[in-house]
Amino acid sequence: MVKLLEDKDRIFQNLYGLNDWSLDAARDRGAWLGTAAMLAQGKDWLIDQTKASGLRGRGGAGFPTGLKWSFMPKEVGNRPHYLVVNADESEPGSCKDRDILRHDPHLLIEGCLVASFAMQAHACYIYVRGEYIQERNRLEAAIKEAYAAGLVGKNACGSGWDFDVYMHHGAGAYICGEETALLESLEGKKGQPRLKPPFPAGAGLYGCPTTVNNVESIAVVPTILRRGVDWWTQFGRDNNKGTKVFSISGHVNKPCNIEEALSIPMKTLLEEYAGGVRGGWDNLKCVIPGGSSVPLLPKEICDTVLMDFDALREHQSGLGTAAVIVMDKSTDVIKAIARLSYFYKHESCGQCTPCREGTGWMWRVMERMVAGNAETSEIDMLLEVTKQVEGHTICALGDAAAWPIQGLIRHFRHEIEERIDNYRANKPVFVQAAE
Amino acid sequence: MSSRRLAIRQPETFALSAKAKKDIAVWVKKYPKGRQRSALIPALWIAQKDAGGWLPELALRELGDMLDMAYIRVYEVATFYTMFNLEPVGMHFVQMCGTTPCWLRGSDELKEMLTRKIGPQRSISADGKLSWLEVECLGSCSNAPMVQISNGDGDHYYEDLTAETLEAVLDDLVAGKKPPQGPKNGRFSSEPIGGAMALTTKNLSKARGTMVKLPNADKKVKINYYEWDPKEKRGTRKGWVDPNRKANPDPRKRSSNHGRDLISAGLVDDDPHKGLPQRGTNPVRAKTAKPKVLYTDGASDGVPDDLKFIKGIGPKFEKELNSNGVYYFRQIGAWKAADIKVVEDKIKSLATGRVKRDDWVKQGKALAKTAQKKGKA
Repeated sequence: MVKLLEDKDRIFQNLYGLNDWSLDAARDRGAWLGTAAMLAQGKDWLIDQTKASGLRGRGGAGFPTGLKWSFMPKEVGNRPHYLVVNADESEPGSCKDRDILRHDPHLLIEGCLVASFAMQAHACYIYVRGEYIQERNRLEAAIKEAYAAGLVGKNACGSGWDFDVYMHHGAGAYICGEETALLESLEGKKGQPRLKPPFPAGAGLYGCPTTVNNVESIAVVPTILRRGVDWWTQFGRDNNKGTKVFSISGHVNKPCNIEEALSIPMKTLLEEYAGGVRGGWDNLKCVIPGGSSVPLLPKEICDTVLMDFDALREHQSGLGTAAVIVMDKSTDVIKAIARLSYFYKHESCGQCTPCREGTGWMWRVMERMVAGNAETSEIDMLLEVTKQVEGHTICALGDAAAWPIQGLIRHFRHEIEERIDNYRANKPVFVQAAE
Repeated sequence: MSSRRLAIRQPETFALSAKAKKDIAVWVKKYPKGRQRSALIPALWIAQKDAGGWLPELALRELGDMLDMAYIRVYEVATFYTMFNLEPVGMHFVQMCGTTPCWLRGSDELKEMLTRKIGPQRSISADGKLSWLEVECLGSCSNAPMVQISNGDGDHYYEDLTAETLEAVLDDLVAGKKPPQGPKNGRFSSEPIGGAMALTTKNLSKARGTMVKLPNADKKVKINYYEWDPKEKRGTRKGWVDPNRKANPDPRKRSSNHGRDLISAGLVDDDPHKGLPQRGTNPVRAKTAKPKVLYTDGASDGVPDDLKFIKGIGPKFEKELNSNGVYYFRQIGAWKAADIKVVEDKIKSLATGRVKRDDWVKQGKALAKTAQKKGKA
């Protein structure tokens, strides 16, 4: 039996918003405690501790956060440094940042101060997705509170460091979750990703050195520093340390968000917190473990797989944003993936031809496969096209559009073939299993 | 990608309200100088709210002028981002999430109901109160299926819906009521239905324990629990002092009430005498030689000057002056009133005020200068 995370070890104590979000209550939960003392340790200490904690970015790619910070120029030159927080959470399945923004905003603001100081940035922009209107109002109110209490602004927390934090918002473009597209959008342009290099650490926002981090990556940092790297590293396997907010959606009895230690078995996660799969574990068909852009996993793998970066990568999937989308046996999995293909067609920014044309093409073929109106040889052609799109675009949206289809063909090819056969034999193409 | 165009039918006049302009000005201030373009997306959003839920072309132009941008750059952004409605919408604009997580939980039912109740997507109901659109993931997946309804009161998420509950919400809206936002199945937010499995411990902060010092710290910095509120008055809480307070540079003027925290913050030094002049450390300054008024022991400082050069001094006076110890011009030049009195006392024939009348002191000074120059040459 796996030991579950205890409440006292959860960073987001107010994840469900059952308590007050405002400054006094956040302070009682431990936010803003010892912030000035952390800053007094100096920027090198902050970066070293973050590196030592092994914190990997929570935005999807899992890049070590401390290492990312250390790419910033050591000294501030003639261009100011910026921290940009990516709160453009748009990955289908993922809804963790929303809860942080609306229920624990002070942890995020505190993290912004600590991270900005570590990178010698005097200004930080938090880019909230456009649809989160209540959430961004909440964040703005929290920022106001922090200014009024002298926690940010001139001489933030009495540390002698001048720090300004601003809330910015987008207007409904999934692509703006990509860091360079986000910077373009923040500059008031279309959200089309930039070529890399130069990387944002060299030339980011307004051509100045910039680091873009996910909300959760930033919000956990102060607590890690407060409670110590030793505390943080007791959770999770090597190279996958710490706790993580999982969003569980789809065919479970009790969909929810939950903060758990990394490397928790998927089965435990779903059964302990989400009330189990609808109709019992044996009714499970497949799970998308990390948000729409990672390949799905069939039940055989889900039985034993651990929820962390490396374990899921071994199964040719990924942790992504830890958004677990569960599908039971009643699901038309081909249609589910076709719907994702439509999503990527809709959200492609139109900059690179393989993605702009490829996502539409893949969606149309997927729609035909849902109906069974295709040739069996087209399955291989579709797979071939996904390989052509993957890795041939500026940003990873092309990859993200390709992977779900690859996962589908890898694990459910027999279903597609069966459907094509049924269509030809004039049989019903999909019979929904009883729930 | 989604291709979007401006509406064909545009209003003939449109101008942003004063409130909208003020709101936009607040946003412009968030960005560095000359980067006002960054405020475009928030400005478009404000303009959309101002124009009743959609963006007429005139609003785009006005923003272009306001932010000093080419119109095409504004059009580009307005057509790229899907939250900007380029054609009129109903009073209550329903955006229904249809992406896979919501689809798995039954968004098709909502879609069917919306089509039946309102009509096809983008069409506005007969009374002008409702319109709907299927959108991509709205980021509330653990509360699926859900819609966002935008109207004059703002933008609200209605979550955990069924066709019936959504229909009830719409009926309320049409009737002019304000149905509460949030999950419609009894949940509060994203906790599991029927009570949270986690975060149920009472007195969490107590269970977590309190922090006395920062772990792994290189430098010893004492954590002051109350440092979060620098506005709090000094002395009202135990050992707490305003970290912004600077110690007086003059230690004598510092109050004796130095908190320990000021010391740790480096604002007060332990040496109470810092800044006071210290004894015995100043090097003794060499005294500059002052001309003696009288050389009682003869012309001990070089060859005596010819005092007869001074107007009013003849051989007789010179002799008398020499005998009283005056040999040099510089001696006479340095005379003060008291000195003159001493000399007049000694040489009675001078007591008539001759020294002042002929201004011997001035003459002596001038001659001493020339003599010095000569001596150097």
